[in-house]
Amino acid sequence: MTLVIVFYDLKIVNCELNIKTNNNMSDLEKFLEKIEENIKIEPKDWMPDDYRKHLQRQMSQHAHSEVIGMQPEGNWVLRAPSLRAKVILLAKIQDEAGHGQYLYSAAETLGKSRSTYINELQTRKAKYSSIFNYPTLTWADMGAVGWLVDGAAIVNQVSLQKTSYGPYSRAMVKICKEESFHQRQGYEIISNMAKGTPEQKQMAQDALDRFWWPSIMMFGPHDADSSRSENAMKWKIKNETNDQLRQKFIDKTIQQAEIIGLTIPDKDLRWNDETNHYDFGEIDWDEFWNVVKGNGPCNDDRIEHHIKAHEDGAWVREAAIAYAEKNG
Amino acid sequence: MDNQGDIWEVFIQSKPGLAHKHVGSVHGMGKEMALQNARDMYTRRQEGTCIWVVKHADIIASVPEEDGSFFDPSNDKIYREATYYTMPEGAKNI
Ligand SMILES: [Fe+2]
Ligand SMILES: [Fe+2]
Repeated sequence: MTLVIVFYDLKIVNCELNIKTNNNMSDLEKFLEKIEENIKIEPKDWMPDDYRKHLQRQMSQHAHSEVIGMQPEGNWVLRAPSLRAKVILLAKIQDEAGHGQYLYSAAETLGKSRSTYINELQTRKAKYSSIFNYPTLTWADMGAVGWLVDGAAIVNQVSLQKTSYGPYSRAMVKICKEESFHQRQGYEIISNMAKGTPEQKQMAQDALDRFWWPSIMMFGPHDADSSRSENAMKWKIKNETNDQLRQKFIDKTIQQAEIIGLTIPDKDLRWNDETNHYDFGEIDWDEFWNVVKGNGPCNDDRIEHHIKAHEDGAWVREAAIAYAEKNG
Repeated sequence: MDNQGDIWEVFIQSKPGLAHKHVGSVHGMGKEMALQNARDMYTRRQEGTCIWVVKHADIIASVPEEDGSFFDPSNDKIYREATYYTMPEGAKNI
């Protein structure tokens, strides 16, 4: 009996000591320790202001991309070449709507409302992936978008599953599960066209020619020119850099183009035995920044369409609120 | 700035017998719409057998940072764990 009590007392002393050392740590030190130990940061945890702001910007940008990304594909729903193609495209677009919703939900846990995020998009204070400012001109583009755009997004999102912010990480896990069919349905479309008539094969090659460079720009500027990357890496919001992710995407995509007989539009592309990666040509960053700044072929259309759809839906929201107030 | 409805937290039971697990949130005007939105958003691939939606504002949560002592009562009671006890050598199935 005595022994047990002695042990128990010691335990209490130990515990108090632990709490003391814990309390002496500043909020910032505790935060950094969690980052160091890969413990996820949750909405109610203390976090540096810059961490919160970085996430608000990155996550809302990600959400906006999912939502705006429905437009170039929505363009082909009514012209899909078969019923099968149409239901697949619809299901994919519906997933993207869901991805946008998951991400807005997660971004709202950072203490900023959905209305505010949407307003920032519509007033062009917030950005979205510039790939969606290119038009989808032929059915082959549905192939190129799924194969390349979703393919690039997957590489980025797989990496983001490990991000340090809990709600973002959980949303990424869910999104990655759904993405795999997106890329496969696109690759199926483009590979079918590539083995079709000469005209169809030409359409497939043309789609690849137009979407290749914008797709590899999706990973953002080179690490040396990416001002925000350093903080994002330090706080483990990102665990791989823009250039690392871009290289991963290029390395896995080239063989996929080769076996369906299409040519990647980059004359500098070649395997490098020393690095064990593909070398590739210089990206046209003037074009990238021009589109980011709002001067791409479809920037105005995308935002105008979003505002119109949002305003056209205002009466639905009003009616739903009136109904809810009446019926609870 | 327009009204986007309340935020509802969504909990899904993936199989009968399992606990409902938090998956995220939805916006909805009223409970019916919240439930339908949760179905459309979180169960497009048969992820669940049952959904709960709870108004975000109605959830009371402890605050991990401000309230470090909140879980204190259980910190020093390791005798609540079975591994705390030493069993006689050779005793089986206990
Ligand atoms: Fe997506
Ligand atoms: Fe996708």
